[in-house]
Amino acid sequence: MMRLEIRSLTVDLGKRRALEGISLSPAPGRLTALIGPNGAGKTTLLRAMAGLSRPSAGEVVLNAASLARMRASERARAIAYLPQGGGVAWPLPVASVVALGRLPHGEEPDNLPPSGREAVATALRSVGLQGFEGRPATSLSGGERARMLLARALATQAPVLLADEPIAALDPRHQLIVLKVLRAHARTGATVVVILHDLTLAARFADDIVLLEQGKIVVCGPPETVLTEARLASGFGIRARVVRDADGLSVVAQSPLPEA
Amino acid sequence: MLLTRSPLIPGLLALLVALSLASLVIGPAPISIPMALKALVSYQGAASIVVRELRLPRTLLALLIGWISGLAGAGLQGLLRNPLADTAVFGAPQAAAFGAVLVIYSGLVGTLSWALPFAAIAGALLSIALVVAVAGRSATIVVLVLAGLAVGSLAGAGTSLAISLSPNPFAVTEIVFWLLGSFEDRSMVHVMLASPFILLATLLILPAASGLRALALGEETARSLGINVALLRGRIVAGAAIGTGAAVAVAGSIGFIGLVAPHLVRPFLGYDPARTLVPAGLAGAALLLAADCAVRLIPSGAEVKVGVLTALLGVPFFLWVIARRKAELVEAPA
Repeated sequence: MMRLEIRSLTVDLGKRRALEGISLSPAPGRLTALIGPNGAGKTTLLRAMAGLSRPSAGEVVLNAASLARMRASERARAIAYLPQGGGVAWPLPVASVVALGRLPHGEEPDNLPPSGREAVATALRSVGLQGFEGRPATSLSGGERARMLLARALATQAPVLLADEPIAALDPRHQLIVLKVLRAHARTGATVVVILHDLTLAARFADDIVLLEQGKIVVCGPPETVLTEARLASGFGIRARVVRDADGLSVVAQSPLPEA
Repeated sequence: MLLTRSPLIPGLLALLVALSLASLVIGPAPISIPMALKALVSYQGAASIVVRELRLPRTLLALLIGWISGLAGAGLQGLLRNPLADTAVFGAPQAAAFGAVLVIYSGLVGTLSWALPFAAIAGALLSIALVVAVAGRSATIVVLVLAGLAVGSLAGAGTSLAISLSPNPFAVTEIVFWLLGSFEDRSMVHVMLASPFILLATLLILPAASGLRALALGEETARSLGINVALLRGRIVAGAAIGTGAAVAVAGSIGFIGLVAPHLVRPFLGYDPARTLVPAGLAGAALLLAADCAVRLIPSGAEVKVGVLTALLGVPFFLWVIARRKAELVEAPA
């Protein structure tokens, strides 16, 4: 099982310190949600975990090997990354877009070996897009496009999947579909880290939640310990009610607190 | 991977053979196809001189320059994920022309010198670097086009300045006619001058195919898929600049082939930016050779310059693409 570990990571974006002294080890087989207010450093952390940015200090380690010293293709086979709000530039067929997830294996979309074809078919099935193979990617609805891009990330069959706000701008049904797919993927033994803004969905789908604030981890643990009214007040600057029912926690945001 | 199993490539190759034959026989001196072929391989008096020294070089140049224009256009469109990208958008042909004009103007070399392609390539590279530096890496296409317009205008102004200050009327005539873009009176020396650079540009652009495919999903995703995006950008920009510089150095400014050719083939290839490269190059070669045959058939006193014809046909096409895609162009990031 692949283990991703972040060790005392500091990242500077220009002159601004975006992340400071982050240490984290998301567990394989579990869905970890990354939450925090805008500008807290969530995307910066996820990009660093994907090996897409150069840390100023500390390192990201994958099974004892430093990501910075890993070959790009090796890293790409181990870590699938789904950036925020991705689109497709050309009206490529859906199957070709999903098949791009096979590039790290040296497999080209128009010449996939049987294993690659199987991976693409499985990925399309898991997001419920079977039958969409030949559709131009640019003709899909927002929800279908999000599922296609998720299938692209799944097709890599990487043991680590990092997704940046995969349910932003999706309707409630598609939000649930995408989160279910991500959780099911985690249950296969993968390490799945997802940035979420919907705290109720984070509470219901994530096994662990990491609250990030001003580039630092405030708290990390199961939803019950992270999502408390006091933490929501200090972390997000909101007065919120946390309600527990049979389905789990719900976070009802009530009013913004005056700025400190 | 680069070659497609569709009949497009064999079809384009057959078209190129037919156009090449046509190019060998079209001209003021009437020569039949069998005679042209015979004159090519064995000495047939005047026919051999016409075919080998006049029509063969211009045919080869049209093929080479059309090829690299189509290839560079497809590469840039893939890189910028925008169907309106072309070397002309970066002001590269104007800048290449300015580089070459400076060299001709200085009187150090004639139009048949190795210094010419180097100066033109330097001009093209400089213009693309300037556009990218001004517009920034995540510029929208609108910013890119505006920056390209400014750089192209600056280069054009520089060229005009060189012409107006030139003390030598012969140099002025030489510069002006050469700027218009033509294959008239080109020799095998021009072919030899351009072909190493066009080969180099081809070798830079073709291996970028797989990366262009990944780039369809954006730069971040491409990087996460293990693509070295900086290297990819460098290869395509350098390839486009070297190809444009070499083309401008021997044939003057011939625009819009790189814009049009990828559009013609893309629908047949599932819009795959990798599979578009080779057919776009072949289509570019066919377009330019057809245009060069056409200018020889237009009845006029002096031959119409092929660069003028490609612009006359290319600009309306450019406008048509803009009109069709203007909704996306408002905010599409390059």
